[in-house]
Amino acid sequence: MALLKFNNVGIAGMAACVPENTIVNYHYTSNFSAAEAKEITDKTGILERRFALPGVTSSDLCFAAAEKLIADLHIDKTEIDLLIFVSQTPDYRMPATSILLQNRLGLSMQTMAFDLTLGCSAFVYALSVVYSLMEKSGFRKALLLDGETRSRVYSAKDRKTAFLFGDGGVAAIIERGEHFGESFFSLNADGSREDLIKVKAGGYRYPSSAETVAEKVIDEHGNIRSDEHGYMEGADVFNFVLREIPPDIKRLEAFSGISFSTLDYYLFHQANDYMNGYLAKKLKLPVEKVPSCIARFGNTSSVSIPLTIVSQLQGKLAEKKRAMLCGFGVGMSWATAFINFDQCFISDIVEI
Amino acid sequence: MKEKLLSALTEALQIEGREIALEDVFRDYEEWDSLGRLSLIAALDEEFGLQIEDKEFEQLITVGDLLTVVEKKATNQ
Repeated sequence: MALLKFNNVGIAGMAACVPENTIVNYHYTSNFSAAEAKEITDKTGILERRFALPGVTSSDLCFAAAEKLIADLHIDKTEIDLLIFVSQTPDYRMPATSILLQNRLGLSMQTMAFDLTLGCSAFVYALSVVYSLMEKSGFRKALLLDGETRSRVYSAKDRKTAFLFGDGGVAAIIERGEHFGESFFSLNADGSREDLIKVKAGGYRYPSSAETVAEKVIDEHGNIRSDEHGYMEGADVFNFVLREIPPDIKRLEAFSGISFSTLDYYLFHQANDYMNGYLAKKLKLPVEKVPSCIARFGNTSSVSIPLTIVSQLQGKLAEKKRAMLCGFGVGMSWATAFINFDQCFISDIVEI
Repeated sequence: MKEKLLSALTEALQIEGREIALEDVFRDYEEWDSLGRLSLIAALDEEFGLQIEDKEFEQLITVGDLLTVVEKKATNQ
């Protein structure tokens, strides 16, 4: 089992950047009626999302968040020895976007830089990788960047996904420090469910062609997308979450010896308000301990957990707090962590 | 089990002002859509502690079919 424990590593500060361009779901009626838009918006609880303008990428959002955080924390860039960029919407298929960001941010050429390509579980996964590398004495500071432009992944003419996704980028500085104490991670994968959420074409299994970019009606409801758009089998994703997430929390509870009910905050991937609301109810969590930003930013995939922290917990992580982070989605891939926040600085959200 | 399922389905789909029956084709309900399906998933989890995945769910036509599967899964738990 992929259960990990770390000592004395933690997040010193976080920042986020979202596009200024705001999509109001009640008015998102180019392809759907106002009644449909209202019904979907009321059910999902996603009132607004941010869409990056043409030419703006995930790495642009992360760059702005990183510059803000580095300035706010007065970080000496020469001390950043590790840079990880998390995304499934990178700038290029190659080279890795993290390497472009090393140069753009003016970091040393002796920085270890690589990309991590997972979806909604990725922030928790990446944090486990950063903590693992940072626990050794070699690295001074790590910069974890996580950005997504999911608005471009899904078809605007497929009602199953058209109202859900948004764009954003976050930055986190990770350091060693005894005040951070112990942290615990549980990491999981189930490739037998690869078809639940997928962009089928455009990789090397089904390369791009005239056929893969052609839009077509895909069901009896008249939803339209191409094979290069993402799709999601929402019902089975919900079934998956209800089946796998509560046992994963129990596994981590047993491994860590920490009682789940004693945590200060429960931070879930922001999928949609209906699913998240039911999950919180099932786990008997008090609403005030389950921060959410789904109404403002929609589902931003891996960005959603850190964006929830930056948008909802500014000023609340200065004193020691123990939180659960739980990400789940495309893969299927899911991860849960119990980590401590202490003296964690949160920057104001940047808009570009 | 039957009454509990009928009640759960009625509530999940927000059916008002009429009774539903085992022979009903639930996809023909005007209240049925993909969002109703999500509500039914939550209701089945909450009331019976079980999940019915798409592959199996697609085979179900009537409310009675749904009851048969729920009873089978509930017995096997």
